[in-house]
Amino acid sequence: MSTDVRVPQQLPVTRHSAPQGVKLPIYMDNHATTPMDPRVLEEMLPYFMEKFGNAASRNHSFGWAGEEGVETARERIAKLIGATTKEIIFTSGATESDNLAIKGVAEMYREKGNHIITAVTEHKAVLDTCKRLEKYGYRVTYMPVQKDGLVDLDDLKRAMDDKTILVSIMFANNEIGVVQPATEIGKLCHERGVIFHTDATQAVGKIPIDVNKQNIDLMSISGHKMYGPKGVGALYVRRKNPRVQIAAIIDGGGHERGMRSGTLNVAGIVGLGKACAIASEEMSREAVQLGGLRDRLRDRIMSRLDETYINGSMEHRLPGNLNISFAYVEGESLLMGINDIAVSSGSACTSATLEPSYVLKALGTGDDLAHSSIRFGIGRFNTAAEVDYVADRVIETVERLRELSPLYEMAKEGINLKDVKWAGE
Amino acid sequence: MSYSDKVIDHYNNPRNVGSMDKSSADVGTGLVGAPECGDVMKLQIKVNRETNVIEEARFKTFGCGSAIASSSLATEWVKGKTVEEALTIKNMDIVKELSLPPVKIHCSVLAEDAIRAAIGDWKKKQESAKPVASAVAQ
Ligand SMILES: Cc1ncc(COP(=O)(O)O)c(C=O)c1O
Ligand code: FES
Repeated sequence: MSTDVRVPQQLPVTRHSAPQGVKLPIYMDNHATTPMDPRVLEEMLPYFMEKFGNAASRNHSFGWAGEEGVETARERIAKLIGATTKEIIFTSGATESDNLAIKGVAEMYREKGNHIITAVTEHKAVLDTCKRLEKYGYRVTYMPVQKDGLVDLDDLKRAMDDKTILVSIMFANNEIGVVQPATEIGKLCHERGVIFHTDATQAVGKIPIDVNKQNIDLMSISGHKMYGPKGVGALYVRRKNPRVQIAAIIDGGGHERGMRSGTLNVAGIVGLGKACAIASEEMSREAVQLGGLRDRLRDRIMSRLDETYINGSMEHRLPGNLNISFAYVEGESLLMGINDIAVSSGSACTSATLEPSYVLKALGTGDDLAHSSIRFGIGRFNTAAEVDYVADRVIETVERLRELSPLYEMAKEGINLKDVKWAGE
Repeated sequence: MSYSDKVIDHYNNPRNVGSMDKSSADVGTGLVGAPECGDVMKLQIKVNRETNVIEEARFKTFGCGSAIASSSLATEWVKGKTVEEALTIKNMDIVKELSLPPVKIHCSVLAEDAIRAAIGDWKKKQESAKPVASAVAQ
């Protein structure tokens, strides 16, 4: 009997040379962190050597110089988000801000209630903080999200009861860039006397935020997601209508109105302030530019590849975010094929836990498509030429890997993969 | 994750990619893993009936670079071996050859499973074909 041996696909690896004006490798993972803006660095430099003083030293010019840097930063942050300077507390980053906001409210309002509401798609800094509070007798509701990644306001209303003290829902998601209806969430909270915290790490400096118009009581901010330095952040704490109080989690010298002790990271704070000042000036123009680049990337990829799916709402989304699943291709193998480009994947193979992204699972994206997802984070320093190069490399690699994929072959033969009895299940 | 040169080489130049007719009596097909787990391997062998030697091997893999490399290597290794010899290939041999880190050991396990599944499928075909074969021999 003769066996039909189909000639194996030739899968040549093309050597990649960067096109004109593109320098490799390309960084397109701006949700993980951003490079610092050179203007930020310039502003920070004097604070390491000449102006090294402790901002809490009230009695000499070294201290005053440090304090002046810190207070300018406070003004700049406050201006960007529509707050007052006394409402800005400096921290080591958004992880600490999330911890301080949630644990701080939990302790301060313990007598009023013990119920906290958050969403399943939150960052671990919020989720794991809430989990810890459960050990101490707090009740936490982890709200599901809809298919587009947004929380349902009626669900939220129903989740609230007379023991609810805090709602913590992020402003924009770090994986799918979906922007929650903060204004409406805040309104619901205020109608019921509940405090509203939002982790705005990914949103600050990218899209307009006004803590008053949007009924926000507590808001987490991080420097390194907005072209500022790592290891510095802030927490906005509302001072009136209503006045929000939080218990400190770091005790000591009573810095930051007693809410966060520890000698201030002056250079970092100056950098965060400068990053906010730049954002105030350039955000509206930059959002249009990034949105354009993002759509260009999406259109170029999706016009050439079938069975690619966008994860999360396109309408309520950060301008620089694109999260796509490429059916039949596993994400880590795709990353390996585009190794001159820095992006990330929701695939289990890339995670330490070997679990696919919990954010994508929460959208109802099947596990198979979660394994096939890539997050692109376009930032201030990306160009149209880079976007085109990234799109072309992705297309070429997906095509190559699909030829290697038994799932693609089965799908092309008309087999419904959902009907297959998999050995590994 | 940084990859060993051998993993990169198999990823860039996978050996024996493709498919053979799975209804052929000489071909054994192993399909292991599940899309929900992020890894599916299809490994096929074509066996010489007289000698039991695996003359051809093909694979297709949905999975990480280490899974692709493990299955690519597996096809190289089984080729030219008898089915009995092929069954002695252990996942740890693959781990060693490709210098896989601990988190990627399960990718090699899948490759070993795929070899066994393909051989199992081929053996099943031979058994169901036996009475016919002996009839011809008489
Ligand atoms: C939404 C969100 N919250 C919190 C964090 C933690 O921020 P940081 O690195 O400043 O602690 C991140 C960054 O990974 C984030 O994306
Ligand atoms: S297939 Fe997931 S880690 Fe190898």
